[in-house]
Amino acid sequence: MHPALSVILFSTASGAGYGLLIFVVLGRLLWLPSDSTALVWGFVLSLVLIVGGLLSSTFHLGRPERSWRAFSQWRTSWLSREGVMAIVTFAPMAGLVWHWFARPNDELLLLVAGVFAMVGALVTVFTTSMIYASLKPIPAWSNPWTSAVYLLFALMTGGLLYYILVSWLTQNQNLILVELTIGLILSGALVKLLYWRHVSSDVSSTTPESATGLGQLGKVSQLQAPHSQENYLLKEMGFKIARKHGQRLKWICFFTAFVAPVSVMLLALFVQGLAMKLLLLSALASMAIGVFIERWLFFAEAKHVVTHYYHEARYQ
Amino acid sequence: MCACRCGIRVYLKDGTVRFIEGNPDHPVNKGVLCAKGSAGIMQHYSPARLTKPLRRVGERGSGEFEEIEWDEALGLAAQWLGRIRESDPKRLAFFTGRDQSQALTGWWAQQFGTQNYAAHGGFCSVNMAAAGLYSIGGSFWEFGEPDWDNTRYFLMFGVAEDHDSNPIKMGLGRLKSRAKAKFVSVNPVRTGYSSIADEWVGIRPGTDGLFVGSLIQQLIKAEAIDFDYLIRYTNAPYLVVQDSGAENQGLFLRDQQGKPLCFDGASQAVRSIDDATSPLLVGNYQHKGQTVVPVLQLIVARYLDPSYEPSVVAEKTGVPEAQIRRIASELAQAAFEQEVILDIPWTDWKGQKHERMIGRPVSMHAMRGISAHSNGFHTCRAIHLLQMLLGSIDVPGGFRYKAPYPKTIPPGNRPGKTTEKGAPLHQGPLGFPLGPEDLLVNDDGSPQRVDKAFSWEYPLAAHGMMHMVINNAAKGDPYPIDTLFMYMANMAWNSSMSIKDTLNNLTAKDEATGEYKIPHIIYSDAFYSETVPYADLILPDTTYLERWDCISILDRPIGEADAAGDAIRQPVVKPDRDVRPFQDVLLELGARLNLPGMVNDDGTALYPGGYSDYLCNHKRGPGGSLSGWRGENGDKEFVGEANPNQLERYIENGCFWHREFKHEQRYFKFANQSYLELASEAGWIPSADPIRLELYSETLQKFRLAAMNYEISMPEDARQRIKEFFDPIPFWYMPFEEQLTDNEALPLHALTQRPMHMYHSWGSQNPWLRQITAQNYLYMHDQLASKLGVADFDWVKVASSHGEIRVQVKIMNGVNPHTVWTWNAIGKRAGAWNLSQDAPEAKKGFLLNHLISELLPPKKSGARQANADPVTGQASWFDLRVKIEKCEADSDVCGPQLDSLATRGAQPVSVSLFGEDLQGKGQGSREPSHQEFVGNQDCYESPKPK
Amino acid sequence: MTDLPKTTKKKLGLVIDLDICVGCNACVTSCKEWNTAGYSAPLSDTDPYGADPSGVFFNRVHSYEVINTQGESVTINFPKSCLHCDDAPCVTVCPTGASHKREEDGIVLVDPELCMGCKLCSWACPYGAREYDEHDGIMKKCTLCVDKIYNPNLPEHSRVPACVSACPTGARSFGDLGDEHSPVSQLVKDRGGFDLMPEQGCAPVNKYLPPRQRQPATSQAKPLEEKVESIDNVVLRWVDKILSA
Repeated sequence: MHPALSVILFSTASGAGYGLLIFVVLGRLLWLPSDSTALVWGFVLSLVLIVGGLLSSTFHLGRPERSWRAFSQWRTSWLSREGVMAIVTFAPMAGLVWHWFARPNDELLLLVAGVFAMVGALVTVFTTSMIYASLKPIPAWSNPWTSAVYLLFALMTGGLLYYILVSWLTQNQNLILVELTIGLILSGALVKLLYWRHVSSDVSSTTPESATGLGQLGKVSQLQAPHSQENYLLKEMGFKIARKHGQRLKWICFFTAFVAPVSVMLLALFVQGLAMKLLLLSALASMAIGVFIERWLFFAEAKHVVTHYYHEARYQ
Repeated sequence: MCACRCGIRVYLKDGTVRFIEGNPDHPVNKGVLCAKGSAGIMQHYSPARLTKPLRRVGERGSGEFEEIEWDEALGLAAQWLGRIRESDPKRLAFFTGRDQSQALTGWWAQQFGTQNYAAHGGFCSVNMAAAGLYSIGGSFWEFGEPDWDNTRYFLMFGVAEDHDSNPIKMGLGRLKSRAKAKFVSVNPVRTGYSSIADEWVGIRPGTDGLFVGSLIQQLIKAEAIDFDYLIRYTNAPYLVVQDSGAENQGLFLRDQQGKPLCFDGASQAVRSIDDATSPLLVGNYQHKGQTVVPVLQLIVARYLDPSYEPSVVAEKTGVPEAQIRRIASELAQAAFEQEVILDIPWTDWKGQKHERMIGRPVSMHAMRGISAHSNGFHTCRAIHLLQMLLGSIDVPGGFRYKAPYPKTIPPGNRPGKTTEKGAPLHQGPLGFPLGPEDLLVNDDGSPQRVDKAFSWEYPLAAHGMMHMVINNAAKGDPYPIDTLFMYMANMAWNSSMSIKDTLNNLTAKDEATGEYKIPHIIYSDAFYSETVPYADLILPDTTYLERWDCISILDRPIGEADAAGDAIRQPVVKPDRDVRPFQDVLLELGARLNLPGMVNDDGTALYPGGYSDYLCNHKRGPGGSLSGWRGENGDKEFVGEANPNQLERYIENGCFWHREFKHEQRYFKFANQSYLELASEAGWIPSADPIRLELYSETLQKFRLAAMNYEISMPEDARQRIKEFFDPIPFWYMPFEEQLTDNEALPLHALTQRPMHMYHSWGSQNPWLRQITAQNYLYMHDQLASKLGVADFDWVKVASSHGEIRVQVKIMNGVNPHTVWTWNAIGKRAGAWNLSQDAPEAKKGFLLNHLISELLPPKKSGARQANADPVTGQASWFDLRVKIEKCEADSDVCGPQLDSLATRGAQPVSVSLFGEDLQGKGQGSREPSHQEFVGNQDCYESPKPK
Repeated sequence: MTDLPKTTKKKLGLVIDLDICVGCNACVTSCKEWNTAGYSAPLSDTDPYGADPSGVFFNRVHSYEVINTQGESVTINFPKSCLHCDDAPCVTVCPTGASHKREEDGIVLVDPELCMGCKLCSWACPYGAREYDEHDGIMKKCTLCVDKIYNPNLPEHSRVPACVSACPTGARSFGDLGDEHSPVSQLVKDRGGFDLMPEQGCAPVNKYLPPRQRQPATSQAKPLEEKVESIDNVVLRWVDKILSA
């Protein structure tokens, strides 16, 4: 599948935003070490990421001015559900704002809005993942690991952001948070590894033979493409990266998304001040690169079954 | 009518073409339409259309022109041509690539008085046409068709996707849907029609004649031939003189009246064929001191030769021995065990009544795959021989003539000879020599025509030799010309062998005078092709939707096996540019030149209304251009005086005229009294005499006898060739290029197939068609690829004895392992057709033409002969031999890359939104109901969908 | 709504005969021609005269070679357009309601006024039947010529999809595949019509007819018996043969 920048940004940024939102709410509810400044900044940042992500997704649209229509088909469409959930989740988020500004002492409001915001965030990320996981013609997506990856990556990126924010503002690196964040990163790594393992071992039941229905006659190979130059289908769905490049990128992804952030976080425990901040920022930068590569590969390595109609070596 | 021959309905919306669909009532296509016809809108609106007459201002090839007015353009042309006509009319060479309206263009050349006229048949398929017309008085092409609904065995030779394509596709669909007939395709490449064949014979190119010969041998040995048919309808019983050295050696034994004689078994005497009761087909007889034998005996002797043994043939053709034997047995089975009997009484030429029509349901078809070899004439004749031996020509289930065929063998017109200076030729320029006396040669044996057609070198060049004109004219061999006038022929690109040489010839200058060796080139085309920049004066033509046209019975009509027919094309849109239909221009030039038949006595134009005026009012013999609605009231057919309202009547009838034959006239046309009478009344044949099919061609033997007569001057090379190749009995010989090149150094055949969605080079300016194929690959067998170590999309160098190209490979399985091939005419020269300079056609598309030479490699003696069939002069495109080497992928551009041509025309759009403003209202209503449609529904026999 | 109808009154669709398709592309351009001014007008072509021409086509013809274990192969031409699936995933994924399957005839359409161009439907379709119009910013697809098959301005014979009218070999049939007695259903039954990618579970309406068994293997012809070998032999036998006839 063609890795469109707008879609990569959408799913990673909004995922991180929702993840961060969850931590902000948890921070407030469970009294994770934080101060209100961190919460406010965290909330604002999550809002920016969520809105930015959603906006970015509209760049992918041919007619963004019609995007409001996307809320209408929630009964069948995961994309519609995602839109609806994103909007729905803004309600408890507004509740949180109301709580902070107007009714700081209304703990019930905080509890209700907070729980709903967290649930909304998780469900929204889940619906995002289901946009992909519901697409049967793309076996690399159409499996439960897709949702697991989306959810854990949201939490992992959100967690790291939260940790950095708290450490930055409090000048203090809390061990519980370190453990929690590293735990999420390691879980993210584990899930991604399991995803890759699943994808590499998953043999699609669709073949050129089933695609053409000619399997009874033998092995099917392309003689002539319908059009000699690439068409929309091939540009969109025939995207292919060489196996060895994919493998190299996976190593880079694994290092930048997981290994480097964890190592740097551990290293940062031994320093203070500017050094700590720089180290934590570099952990974030590294993870951003890693997550970007991960999502890019998520698209680039996913094969659409339509490619079975095309030249084997070039597209399948 | 569509750009070729199919009937269409063109829907317009606000003056713009909205939709083109096949006319369901039209006899040619019955409502279907091919990819080209369906993309006609884009052809019509092509940005490569020329917009105004042009006069060259830069050097030839520079593409520097100035726009001029029509009056000036026509004045200039008339000035050049008028000078020629006064001094020496043959210094005009008038060649039309497009071969529709030859009835007009040929007549124009005749009236001008130049013999140097032809269409493109010489480099297309004259072998096939001539072989048919010299054997059976008809031919494959669009002059005949299998009896699709009755045939049981259909054998198709070579690439045939180019002519008569919708009728063949419709026929194949019907034949296969009947599921009772077998379709065998003999073609080195399995694509297109061959892909749906029940059996594909992946033969080595150029060996079809051998394969056919082997089938003939097997059938003879098994006596699986139709003796009765041969006696009744062919010259098989004619006695041939066998008296080496005698004046009549190899000619038929004839009586005083010139009637051929046979040996009557009943009376044991030599008798005229009409008087004999049991003409014998074999035996040695003596007559007036000479040995005479029936034709069939000579045929049998030829084909019993061990060189046609299946085991020997298998090795050369690559077709396994068992397959040859099996196909022979299947032919015999279909012909003799599955007779088709139609309960239609008919009467033969003798007046003998027959209760039924009994047919041998074996049919055949061939086109360029057979034609484009230097042995194509004889190979095609061998196929006709096979058909005749099986008794399957114009019988139920067999091959059928389309009206106005059959004609006499050969047809009655002879090549036009010059009379007095400035006067018309005695006949049209092209024709069919009956013997050496009809050649166009001077007393010293030198050719009269610039292309050397109908000379001792190419005696039966019935379609002329357009491919030799530019070369000969530039070299002054046999003589220089003054003006080359061409219409719709991309001679500077895909229609010429060896493009580089052709371009050199077009731009060659006389060193002494600095003048071009071809002083004037006038060219008419609707589009900016690769040839336009090489002309001095451009007369821009319209598109096919903007003009009148005619498919006349005088030309290549739309006749059917069951009906006569002709058709017109009416203009449906007005040109939005300053262009004129070529036929109008030709008639106006004729008037300006005062050509007889084109002006009134007072010198004014006889057809001021242009081509449509001419179509109605021009008389030719007892009829005219069109056979329908003749006579003042439009109540006559075939012949009759002109009808001023004729075109309106055609338009009312869907632009065609269609006269069904009576059932009794539909088969055995060469011997069918009722049909022959109709045909002679219509003027298609001179009399109602039967037409005897020619297994043995006495005409060829006459040329041979002339060659043996050293009192007749002719070039020595030509004499040797005539002796060898004017064999009255078809035979197989190895194509010349293969004979003359080192087969180890050049081990592979290379040829092209026609993509069904492209019309030669014209398709690439059409954005819908070019999206289907904008670049081509060199296809090769997987075994060959692994031997060469190449994979899909690798680059290779392909070299012939003449040139080298660099191309990309694709691998397949359905191809002869000794053959590589590609799609024809996809490669374009950068800058032409108003495509961008970096269009895939220019950068990744390629032609094989660069590899093909007009002349063959030198013989041991050093002499070089044309790369052509020795009988007809047909260009031998498919004889090409090559070698292939893998090369570095250091560039993704095909080679050679010629310099870009100057671009011409408006900047094409970057996005085409055609149709945006043509959308209808009321989209997708539910009423009235849709129609159910099942393809070939009437063909399914059991179980039949209701 | 992108809910699929539980049943449709008709199931209009195409039946494509792989036995007789010669790959001529007539269906490709006739489709383009009708539809570029039809329901989804225009079907834009980007860079139509340039280096990378790429336009919207609803129907494309592939060709394949199929090789069996004995190394024997066949060539199959393979036209492909929207299959108007009963269980059309392209419809259910649509977030705007632009994609829909018509209850009355089963035709799957994209409403050009509603589509926001998210391309998700083209991802959801396993067959590659949907084509995005870059210039219009919306998805387009085969409409079964919905504006032709019911068009009262056209003569009756024209009220079939453009590809069906054009097809020279008769390889394309059209009708109600929901009615088991319809001519097309009968054809599918007689010829063993099949679904593409049945494992994708889309329940396509369009059916494909398999190539008939090619004949060399089933030749019934007896080997020819050699009756004559030499010319002398021929003379002896054939003179008799003709005289006794």
